[in-house]
Amino acid sequence: MQKALIIDYKYCTGCHVCEVACRNEHGFALGQCGIKVPDARPEKTGDHWSWNYVPVPTDLCDFCDARAAQGQDAACVHHCLAKCMEIVEVEDVSARLAALGKTAVCFVP
Amino acid sequence: MSQQFIDCGDGTYKMRTCAWSPPGDHPVGCGMYLKVKDGRIVGVEGDPEHPISQGRLCTRCLSLPEYVYSDKRVTTPLRRAREDRGFDKWEPITWDEAMDLIEENVRRIQKDYGNEAVAVFQGTGRAATLYAPATAYAALQTPNAGSTLAGESCYGPRCGVANFILGAGYPELDYAAFFPDRYDDSRYVVPEYIVLWGKDPLFSNPDGFFGHALIDLMKRGSKFITVDPRLTWIGARAAYHLQLRPGTDAALGLGLLNIIIQEDLYDHDFVEKWCFGFDDLAARAAEYPVERVAEITWVQSEAILAAARTIATAKPVSFMWGLAIDACTNGVQAGHCFLALAAITGNLDVPGGVTLAAPASFMGKWRYDCSLQVPPDIWSKQIINPDHKAYVTRQHSHPDSMLDAMETGEPYGFKMAWFIGTNPLPNMAVQPRRWQAAFEKLEFNVVSDVVMTPTAMAFCDVFLPVSTFAEQNGIVLPHFGRNTHFLGAMNKTIEMGCKSDLEIAMMIGKRLNPSAWPWETVEEFFTDQIKDSLGITFDELSDVSTVQTPFEYRKYEKGLLRNDGYPGFNTPTGCVELKSSIYPDWDEDALPYFIEPPFSPYSRPELKDDFPLVLTTGGRQMTYFHSEGRHVPSLRHIIPEPLMSINPADAPKYGIEEGNWVCIESPFGQAVQKAKITNEVPEGVVHAVHGWWFPEEEGEAPHLFGTYKANINNLIPHHVVGKMGWGAPYKSMICRIRRVNGMEDWDPTYPAEEYPIDPSYSHDQLALKRQAAERVAKEA
Repeated sequence: MQKALIIDYKYCTGCHVCEVACRNEHGFALGQCGIKVPDARPEKTGDHWSWNYVPVPTDLCDFCDARAAQGQDAACVHHCLAKCMEIVEVEDVSARLAALGKTAVCFVP
Repeated sequence: MSQQFIDCGDGTYKMRTCAWSPPGDHPVGCGMYLKVKDGRIVGVEGDPEHPISQGRLCTRCLSLPEYVYSDKRVTTPLRRAREDRGFDKWEPITWDEAMDLIEENVRRIQKDYGNEAVAVFQGTGRAATLYAPATAYAALQTPNAGSTLAGESCYGPRCGVANFILGAGYPELDYAAFFPDRYDDSRYVVPEYIVLWGKDPLFSNPDGFFGHALIDLMKRGSKFITVDPRLTWIGARAAYHLQLRPGTDAALGLGLLNIIIQEDLYDHDFVEKWCFGFDDLAARAAEYPVERVAEITWVQSEAILAAARTIATAKPVSFMWGLAIDACTNGVQAGHCFLALAAITGNLDVPGGVTLAAPASFMGKWRYDCSLQVPPDIWSKQIINPDHKAYVTRQHSHPDSMLDAMETGEPYGFKMAWFIGTNPLPNMAVQPRRWQAAFEKLEFNVVSDVVMTPTAMAFCDVFLPVSTFAEQNGIVLPHFGRNTHFLGAMNKTIEMGCKSDLEIAMMIGKRLNPSAWPWETVEEFFTDQIKDSLGITFDELSDVSTVQTPFEYRKYEKGLLRNDGYPGFNTPTGCVELKSSIYPDWDEDALPYFIEPPFSPYSRPELKDDFPLVLTTGGRQMTYFHSEGRHVPSLRHIIPEPLMSINPADAPKYGIEEGNWVCIESPFGQAVQKAKITNEVPEGVVHAVHGWWFPEEEGEAPHLFGTYKANINNLIPHHVVGKMGWGAPYKSMICRIRRVNGMEDWDPTYPAEEYPIDPSYSHDQLALKRQAAERVAKEA
């Protein structure tokens, strides 16, 4: 079954935990990672501030299949400080995005 | 229920533990499993059943194996001849040889100069904060234990003010931490608003608070009001972000109080029953009408009015105060305002409000007993400047006064220093080259740490290698025992030949003052500490990993805050002291007031042309704990260099582009950091990070791992503190900036002349100026 990574990015604080957890899990070298958190800075939009981190998976993301086989969450999902990541089956994406409301994103790496 | 030990069956096993230190952090106690193969940690995985962290871990615990097995790590005791200080001429010795050296020198110095000639310096956050004072008092029997942190600008001031005004331990946001079912507990109410005052908990995890619990609450509907010179991530999402000029917190606090009182929005019932001095506070606050406050703080009147009305009418509102309260010469008054706000809006010790601690703190009796090991005639020699009368309520020596004593020999200088989990040259100490010169004069210096630091390399003679939390049995005590929602077990998982701060304290204690150190093992010691309050042994705590402590709301109604069992608060009046009944004994105003930061565009108009920008410092970086972690590859990869923040409108004025190196200068010193152009700081204010040194660079003196070139504490003046001895202007200085080529442009000869702090400069003098200005304003 095709899986998808959903990030409810209104809660992503840019802590970089997903990157380090991913690299530890897979033994990737420094600088290589299955997910990356791009820099973001506050910008004024109308009368409010917009400051969103959106982690983006790379080609190295394998959804932590080895962990999934043992009933564990993906390393990034498990350790995410804001608990704003989840892996779902593709057919469930619409329902989950609808439930999360604005500022969520879906990746199918 | 998770298990303490899991055999994975493939030659590996997992040990469950809670984190404290080292690596450094405050006692948050996050839960994890360490996976071990052939005696080495090969994996770190968050424990999903931990009541607070719930499986989550930050980058610092995730990179623990890199920290534990770093080639920068020291794993055997080292000694060096005194004439080789500054040179990398260490030789390994055994633990017994190290203890022999320390014992011999301590006994010699005690005999020749008195116990007080030995001083212990501690850092912050690490478990050493519990065991360094114990080492001083109960092992070395010296009254001189403290830190190099000017004005003790961390936690101590907030704890002191809470004690004076509320008669309670550390007041903390109610995030249902005491309840096993957490936010779902029927007793709990989610705060409608959370006021974050001078605090960025997401990346500081302050004092035992798990920062991302704020995200848990955000998801449950909590809204935010932030008070911060920087626009933080939460500030950008806050209903009101009050971006005040650094160091003007007390003015803003008085302004908010005034609006709430003038508009009759306060909780009459709570004020009548439980507060002392309301009318006097109202009169004082009335001196701070919103227009005046807006002018002082640079925050718009409309925002102050709206925030005040929300704080008073939302229910419940919780409040968190941060280190910005401590690192401010006017912080005692700002803290007083902060607590008064929580009190008169009826949010103390109610569900979803501010939790108060019962009077007895965990391990408090042992800590008190330790201090009794110093004979009274020696205790009376503790270094405290008599101008800071309130400081006698603290157990520690006064930091700035200790440097004064070392520099002048008055009333006496030290002969030996022991640095326990502290690295003052790149961190904590202001005008740090003065501290280096003072420590270089001492006869014998010992350091307990994990890696070779600038402090160790510069002037220490013995290095004791400290174990990480993965290598020790111990207890993590959130809030250092002062408002503790759970106790967690640290379980020894591997062995590296190093020892914990407590083990070291016991080793030297058994030699020098054995009657105070009756325990054979640390496990016996911890059992002794918890068996009366929890009824379990250390091994039993290990079995369950964490024990949440029972909690009662509205303790002041139930006689649970006072030692005599009567209802009320544990203060002389039995009430929340909106007007202090004890401050006048210390020559301090009983009511909060605002005073300009000692170096601001308004207090030093003569410097405004030369130093046109306001400087604030020390915002936390998610990868580092103060001076620690720059040698950990995963962490350094995320934040490789020290970054100063400057507003997009300011940068072009100085020809500065993103990534340029910038020299930041105050009248006291300079530092070089890399420019980050961002709206996180407003126009006219720059922010610089703290704690940087470069473990990959030359360690020998004078370079000392580049400890000075990016060191923002070079810019902060020594012994410019509040009346009570608390609070230094770490976060509210003035500066100028210019583009340079790199950190190598840092100029060790700057300033050419010592900036003359008026010898009569004192907080009193500024207070007199303030009163004179107010009289003039009134007459007008």
